[in-house]
Amino acid sequence: MTATMTQCLLRLVEEDYKLSDYQSEIAPRWCAGCGDIGILTAIQRLCRDEQIMPEKTVFVSGIGCSSRLPHYMNAYGFHGLHGRALPVAEGVKLRRPDLDVFVTTGDGDCCSIGAAHWLHAIRYNMNMTVLLHDNQVYGLTKMQASPTSPRDLKTNTTPYGAYLNPLNPLTVTLGVTNVSFVAQAVDWIPDLLYDIIAQAHRHRGLSFVRVLQRCPEFMNHRFDEAVHDPSKTRILTHSDGLRLKPEISRIYRNQETHDPLDMPRALAIAALSDEIPVGVLYRDPSVPCYEELREAERPNTPDLIRTVLDEEFDKVTIWPQVEDASTGVE
Amino acid sequence: MSMSSQASKKSKPAKQRPGNGETRLSEAPKPRPALLLDEHIVEIVSDSGEGAQRCGQSFGAIAARLGNGIWTVEIIPAEIRPPPRSIAGASGNRVRLASYRVTNGGDEADVVVAFNEQVLLSRVRTGEIKPGGIILLENMWQNDRDETIAAGYMKVCEEIRAAGYRLYEIPMEAECMKYVPDPRRGKNMFALGMLCGIYSLDAEIARAQVRFVFAKKDQKIIDANIELLDAGRAWALENLDLKFAVPASKTSEPQVVMNGNAALALGVVASGMEVCAMYPITPATSASHYLSEIFEKVGCVVHQAEDEISACAFAIGASYAGKCAVTITSGPGLSLKQEAIGLAVMGEIPLVVVNVQRGGPSTGQPTKAEQGDLLAACFGGHGDAPKVVLAVSSIEDCFYSIITARKIAETFNMVVIVLSDASLATAQQPFPRPSFNEGWLAPPIDQSAVPENALPYDWDSRTGIAPRFIPGQPGGMHCLTGLAHDRLSHVAYGPEINEEGIRQRSHKLATFQKTLKTPKVFGDKDGDLLLVGWGSTCGAIEEAVETLRARGHRVSSIHLKFLQPMASGIGDILQRFDKVMTIENNWCDSLDEDLINEENRRYSNLALLLRARYLVDVDCWGEVRGQPLKPGAIVKAALPKLEKV
Ligand SMILES: Cc1ncc(C[n+]2csc(CCOP(=O)(O)OP(=O)(O)O)c2C)c(N)n1
Ligand code: SF4
Repeated sequence: MTATMTQCLLRLVEEDYKLSDYQSEIAPRWCAGCGDIGILTAIQRLCRDEQIMPEKTVFVSGIGCSSRLPHYMNAYGFHGLHGRALPVAEGVKLRRPDLDVFVTTGDGDCCSIGAAHWLHAIRYNMNMTVLLHDNQVYGLTKMQASPTSPRDLKTNTTPYGAYLNPLNPLTVTLGVTNVSFVAQAVDWIPDLLYDIIAQAHRHRGLSFVRVLQRCPEFMNHRFDEAVHDPSKTRILTHSDGLRLKPEISRIYRNQETHDPLDMPRALAIAALSDEIPVGVLYRDPSVPCYEELREAERPNTPDLIRTVLDEEFDKVTIWPQVEDASTGVE
Repeated sequence: MSMSSQASKKSKPAKQRPGNGETRLSEAPKPRPALLLDEHIVEIVSDSGEGAQRCGQSFGAIAARLGNGIWTVEIIPAEIRPPPRSIAGASGNRVRLASYRVTNGGDEADVVVAFNEQVLLSRVRTGEIKPGGIILLENMWQNDRDETIAAGYMKVCEEIRAAGYRLYEIPMEAECMKYVPDPRRGKNMFALGMLCGIYSLDAEIARAQVRFVFAKKDQKIIDANIELLDAGRAWALENLDLKFAVPASKTSEPQVVMNGNAALALGVVASGMEVCAMYPITPATSASHYLSEIFEKVGCVVHQAEDEISACAFAIGASYAGKCAVTITSGPGLSLKQEAIGLAVMGEIPLVVVNVQRGGPSTGQPTKAEQGDLLAACFGGHGDAPKVVLAVSSIEDCFYSIITARKIAETFNMVVIVLSDASLATAQQPFPRPSFNEGWLAPPIDQSAVPENALPYDWDSRTGIAPRFIPGQPGGMHCLTGLAHDRLSHVAYGPEINEEGIRQRSHKLATFQKTLKTPKVFGDKDGDLLLVGWGSTCGAIEEAVETLRARGHRVSSIHLKFLQPMASGIGDILQRFDKVMTIENNWCDSLDEDLINEENRRYSNLALLLRARYLVDVDCWGEVRGQPLKPGAIVKAALPKLEKV
């Protein structure tokens, strides 16, 4: 509620939104050390750097710790139902291509209860930026197994260890028809997190970013190895992908030049089990967007509605008979 | 704004109908003058794929074009491709044609055309044919090479004759063979010709209808069908001693003929809504089929989502972004949408949900009529989720109700559920051609800046209505949430604010209720028995009331368009009658059964609502036979209540 009319005018003069213009008056309620905080910061930085208009931006989420994110943004937000962020976002975007749509979803939200929507959202390929905050556990409901939980993880619903191998959101997404952008980031490398979200945002189509997110409350130390040993992280670089700053390059030496149009390699990278790939795995800007395929040829003006209704009525109208031929008794 | 008046332009039957509807003029043979009738009910049934539905629809359309009142009811097999010559496979149409406007499919059929004896049996055994009724049966089966078929045919013919029906065995296929090599295609046009001959329907108008039906086909096919049509007429005139005429009344205004689902689809267009998100489900799908055909022409979108949950969430997203949306479904789909409907209630997002009801529970009877979802519509979701529930009662009402629903949804930022059902979905009836009015549309969405300090949930203390900020509006940024929230849309679990939100959402319904008009009583304002109905049963109930009143009974009826909230004044009406009984296409336990008493009796949906609200001892009667209610059945149900007075 901060951007009032007068402030807007002022901004026109200053031509500048500040970081604080994207922060809502509500302080984030995530646990200390929660990876969601870093993701929020990256998004707010991106909004400032891109000078995104808060009133033209909608953050849609489902339910979960991560899905609280829209409350912390000064923009339009839609904090809806567990699992249903994507269809809501699609509905928003369909007739409002002028709106910049972001989706925040958790691993339970996206890969379990919302799994059907996830696949179809990839196929629709609507122009939006989707961030999967993957902490590999259910946070909000206090530590149950999620589809991405590692095998043998002890949780409240799997006290003897998780029974199944985790679902891999990257290979699944890459396998869906019409996939146009898949990336992975980690919350503990803020620079790359920012770059990847920026690339995702720039992509025309549905950009799917899985962010490995630390949950110190329920998954403490889960990513410690990767956090402390940079060789466990494989950075994907490309002239058309990430370009690393020297200071990052110096720390993360495990790098691979990967062409984001190379799907077989993208799938192989996505399936890596001993390293965490970070970067853009796949990008194909040529995939059509559903909202463009469904774009109206004409706006629905009252005149057009009248014309089409009349055309349809004409097909089924009985006009009053001039002469009474009704009973035709022969 | 008057919400209730839009669609209630209901014309009364032109005159009282005599008991059996026939007036015999003369019995002389050729040239046979036509027997003048007030009305007749004609059925045509075949295996599915043999074209009886098209024949029946065309017959109804021709009669309508000539100015007859008509009501057509589809006879639908339960499966897509049932085995041929099976009782379960009967597919076709019932056409009630009359000298006056008809509002329902009527009671038993006077005339049945059947392409084989098995599909005929399906109608005979379910009591759909009048005692002594006329049956025109394809006779090719008597010589079938398969002896069991031939024997079966003969047996059924005997059974039919013994039961007192007037059976005409007709060489339809043999006759068609004279004109076309494959009589299985086109036999329906021969049958249509016979019916046009029997009912003295104008030959040229009939030809015009056939041309219209086959408009997309090439000329050869059109010509062949017209030849068969004419042949059928000639054959009937020469060989049958049946000649009727149902005089048409002159109409002074143009009428349109369509079924309920087509009217719903046109209503969506006329309402100015831009998005329909749906998932296919019988019997709602045909509305979306038709809408898919025409919606793009007005620059709008039918989105087939991956499931009903998604369809509803998608519609909510579109509405939230300022493009009021509709989602069309049937019972099982409504169940799936309930959580999302609750979100729209909580977030105060306008949304129109159309539920074309079918038989339930579970997958139930997908193609059959039932009104079992009223309580699910009112109370189906979890928590206290006030929303508007209205029901359509005629084909015309299907059209106007969608416009009304959108208006309510956007004026009150509420969910409006529109209930139709399988009997209206496929029934056809003429109604005055609507003429488009710009007032039906909503004004373009507001993208101007929100006033300083305005709050997204600034509930008006008198009405409960809050403004609505649409993305794109500078200064309106807030995070809509399905969690309990305060006026800023901030998550708030405090006892006061939670109660406040619930109060305001409830009060919107009360505010809306004040705009409703008391429903009109059909019949006298007081009496011995009041029948109360809702939805598709209106025509049948009012016809039953007429019949009972003609016999001297003090019976009236009211029909509720708004089920939630209910208009003022209904309680007063109920009080003026000794007995009140709801009539529903719905289950209720009967006190006639040994097991059932006042303690364990389950009431039908509307009866439960009325009893709860008005503290009146409302009785109920209903059927769940998967068919539209018949006026005769309602008369039968009402009589015992009257005798005991
Ligand atoms: C229909 C429904 N089922 C269950 C829940 C309870 N629920 C809320 S969030 C959640 C899981 C959250 O996990 P995730 O999506 O991984 O998000 P996180 O909290 O870890 O960020 C569950 C099961 C709900 N709100 N709605
Ligand atoms: S429980 Fe985990 S995911 Fe949720 S806020 Fe705390 S740290 Fe973050």
